[in-house]
Amino acid sequence: MPYFGGMPTKRKVVIIGNGVAGTSTARNLRKYDSDVEITLISAESKYFFSRTALMYVYMGHMKFNNIKPYEDWFWQKNRIDLVFDYVEGVDAAGKKLRMRSSEEIYYDELVIATGSRPRFFGWPGQNLKGVQGLVSLQDLENLEKLSPPPLKGNKDNLRAVIVGGGLIGVEMSEMLQTRGIPVTMLVRDEVFWGSVLTKDEGKKIGAHLREHNVDLRTKVELKEIKGTNGRVSSVITSEGEELPCDILGITTGVTPNIEFLKDTGLEMQRGILVDDTLQSSIESIYAVGDCAQIREPKEGRGGLEAVWYVGRMMGEVLGQRLAGKQSVYLPGPWFNSAKFYDIEYQVYGKVNTRTSEDHIQYFWEGAKNKFITVAYHPETEVFHGINSFGIRLRHEYFNKCLKEKKGVGEVISNIHKANFDPEFYKKWPAKFKADFENDTGIKVPNSLLKKLIS
Amino acid sequence: MRDKLLKEIGMSLFTICAFSFVSLSFLVDIDFKNRDLSDLIDSKHEVLANEISTLNPAPPVIMVKRLSETFGNYSQNIINHSGISYDYSKKFALQLGNDPANFNEEFIASFFKSEFLQTKVLENTNWMIGRDWDSYEDFAQNFDEKVQYINQSVIAEFGISDTTYLLPQVMQAGAPDWLKTGIVALMIFGFAVLGGFLYALPLAFKHDGIHNDHVFHNKSQTRHYPAIIVFICLVVFYIVLYQLPAYLTNQVVLLTPVAEKLAGGASDRWFLYGFLYTIAMMTMGFKMMLKYKGSKYQQVRTASVLFFQIAFAFTLPQILTSFQLPAYDLKSAWPLEYTFFFDWRVGQYLNEGTFGIFLFGWGVLLFAVGVPLFTYFFGKRWYCSWVCGCGGLAETVGDPYRHLSDKSLGAWKIERYLVHGVLAFAVLMTVWVSYTSFTGISELLGISSYDVRSVYGFSIGFVFAGAVGTGFYPVMGNRVWCRFGCPLAAYLGLVQRFKSRFRITTNGGQCISCGNCSTYCEMGIDVRWYAQRGQNIVRSSCVGCGVCSAVCPRGVLKLENKGEDGRISENPILIGQEGVSLNI
Repeated sequence: MPYFGGMPTKRKVVIIGNGVAGTSTARNLRKYDSDVEITLISAESKYFFSRTALMYVYMGHMKFNNIKPYEDWFWQKNRIDLVFDYVEGVDAAGKKLRMRSSEEIYYDELVIATGSRPRFFGWPGQNLKGVQGLVSLQDLENLEKLSPPPLKGNKDNLRAVIVGGGLIGVEMSEMLQTRGIPVTMLVRDEVFWGSVLTKDEGKKIGAHLREHNVDLRTKVELKEIKGTNGRVSSVITSEGEELPCDILGITTGVTPNIEFLKDTGLEMQRGILVDDTLQSSIESIYAVGDCAQIREPKEGRGGLEAVWYVGRMMGEVLGQRLAGKQSVYLPGPWFNSAKFYDIEYQVYGKVNTRTSEDHIQYFWEGAKNKFITVAYHPETEVFHGINSFGIRLRHEYFNKCLKEKKGVGEVISNIHKANFDPEFYKKWPAKFKADFENDTGIKVPNSLLKKLIS
Repeated sequence: MRDKLLKEIGMSLFTICAFSFVSLSFLVDIDFKNRDLSDLIDSKHEVLANEISTLNPAPPVIMVKRLSETFGNYSQNIINHSGISYDYSKKFALQLGNDPANFNEEFIASFFKSEFLQTKVLENTNWMIGRDWDSYEDFAQNFDEKVQYINQSVIAEFGISDTTYLLPQVMQAGAPDWLKTGIVALMIFGFAVLGGFLYALPLAFKHDGIHNDHVFHNKSQTRHYPAIIVFICLVVFYIVLYQLPAYLTNQVVLLTPVAEKLAGGASDRWFLYGFLYTIAMMTMGFKMMLKYKGSKYQQVRTASVLFFQIAFAFTLPQILTSFQLPAYDLKSAWPLEYTFFFDWRVGQYLNEGTFGIFLFGWGVLLFAVGVPLFTYFFGKRWYCSWVCGCGGLAETVGDPYRHLSDKSLGAWKIERYLVHGVLAFAVLMTVWVSYTSFTGISELLGISSYDVRSVYGFSIGFVFAGAVGTGFYPVMGNRVWCRFGCPLAAYLGLVQRFKSRFRITTNGGQCISCGNCSTYCEMGIDVRWYAQRGQNIVRSSCVGCGVCSAVCPRGVLKLENKGEDGRISENPILIGQEGVSLNI
């Protein structure tokens, strides 16, 4: 317990970053420890907001106020001190933070939850005005400044190029189109989001994007960015083509936001290295969320997983840990979700981008914009995972199947229980089961029959 | 380009029609010359009828005043002639010699000429005879107070006592015939509906999906001036409809042919209101169908509310009326239908024999058995967003405003007090009124049941359900009445909260806290609060419109009727995480 001027003070946990990881840490810590002092620092926004919802503010589905998950009184009521300032550096020996505009902040335990920033690859001209990613609130504000005002039409005939087809790329494309800005999307892989989706899926999503007037260019990379008067004017592609543009979206992934820590003595690779207690190489410093890199990730999982859910789960674990519980970060079966224009996407477990000796896939299309890929082991028939597009599936069901390592036939035999589509939607499970059985030859036990026999 | 043009044409058409509709009150003259008023005004009031027929033609805004004055003058003349005229007091004091002791039966017989008047005076003042009065002034003041009652009896006997009923009817008789042909109605309502359809049509060309782009950029949907104009228009319309119906004479007579065909009688303001309500719902329901064309639940639900409005709320009561039966909306349940147990309603059922008893039994079964049973199986949505007329209007006409409902914890607190308060008021009033009809005693604790029902009728029936409930759509969201005021919603909500299979299931750990669900919840439920904790949403106010589920970008929410096990989870655990549960 540190002493200041002879007065014993309460233990103080300081969290840098009020994204979902930092906020979850604070909330869980307060839930299990009513005594500790909690300070939550952000240079981005005083109040926690849902990063994934920034696009909806731009498109006018919501106001910024709507994407704050808690009302403003919540923080004071839970005695979480909010500091709106930038941390210049960390003095690990003195256990204090150097702040940009306020006094130093002392801590007993420090949590780093600074998230990530867009990853730039050193392209010539990448610092021109109009070149940006979409991660922070400031990115959104910048994009708003570059765009024509809503509902007024694109009078200056602005054009946009987006480099990288992933979740943020497709969001940015949807956003810009609501302001009448035509979008060209450059994608390195053979299909859209080829690093995650199978070829069949990537093609389908690509076609959907084209239906929404996205000029999607596959197997094309960005080579050079040209500008006039400090502002982007065009890009040169790997094919030598020059595409004029006023906005260049860089959505080729993100990288941990940890430069300010480089003199701290923390062990870091791309992210801050942490063990399964989320502790860094320095005893009183922890890291959660996008900026935390797990030293020895579980099989099939990455060290860096810049996903909302991972950040939230790490925050839950660390918050409870700091409150004295023995929790460790032990993620369950993988899951994720996204939306590509009108097609919702959910994944449970692991579907690789291609088949291999120990992983084969069954692709099924139920209707337009409704398709599923199921992955399993060819010999043991153990279920590996499912990608679902335009069909909603129940997390609980697949979580259980994956944990129990169920066979794919059994998983599919009960898949009607996993149907999470709204009422009155066309029921797909019966046809899916029949098609799966026909196409793969794997028996899908009739659950009703089984019940009758047993 | 095409879409913009369609929207502009549609909006222009609608605006022109709306202006024409309103202008009828200001521009089209009511004229009584050569009008036969003998159906409305008894031949003994020929003087009045003649007086009316000499009135100069004028539009309703002016004619209402003139006609009221004519009625007033006529009554005054009757008082002067057969009642106690207002200059009686001097002569009265003189004859009494300023001494109350002289006031007795003989005096009454000598002072008042007609026998009728003598009887009425005696009825009202015989308690004053032979009393000890502090002064003559004291006596005279008491007598003065009685004079107005006596004169009311005089008007009831010799004149026309209730002109509030008669005035709108006389006004209608003076409305021009060309308004009553149906052609003007077809033009105004037909083009207004067409305008609405054209405005909505661009949605048909869009991809299936969620169409909330620019909702918060649109001035008419974010409490800016266009919304304020709509807000004022709606509130003024409700005030005129309830309190000043004669101003709507020309609008009411537009529907004369429709009313004659459907109900076999004349149109009145409630017929006009029902008609407007129904076509507004149809037009905006069409828009809703297009907007949610990728969402089957929304389409089926919209079709259902439209069916119940057109068939049950609008057509059926008219057909019943045409058969001389009590007009009854079979889907309207007590306590929303707050007059259900009133003596005049009960009297109606009793007069109708078997059919009346059926109606009464149906109404009782509906609220006592139907409501709890259906709510147990399907949640309150079976009524609020599938059947109810108020809900139907909110879901169609009110849909563009759904995001304006307040999601704060403070608003929820107010909501709980208010809506359950109204329920308690409705139950209390019904018991009070029933007590009066059974015992004939109107006063309980010194308050008359007639006062209670008129306070309820004015404050809840008119102000809350009408002017505020619908008028406030553009500023407080589309379910102001359902959320803060509807006693039936409160009752359904209690069942839904404590004994129902309905819930909105949260899909494990998939929530990203984006807030679309909360933003577009018309009942002001902070859906996200539950979803991000992995908790099912079980709230008494949820009307099950399903829009939270529709707008969710990650497939997190599903409206379900399932067993009660696991419906409510006080301490939910988010799926996807193994480590946390290790040592708790």
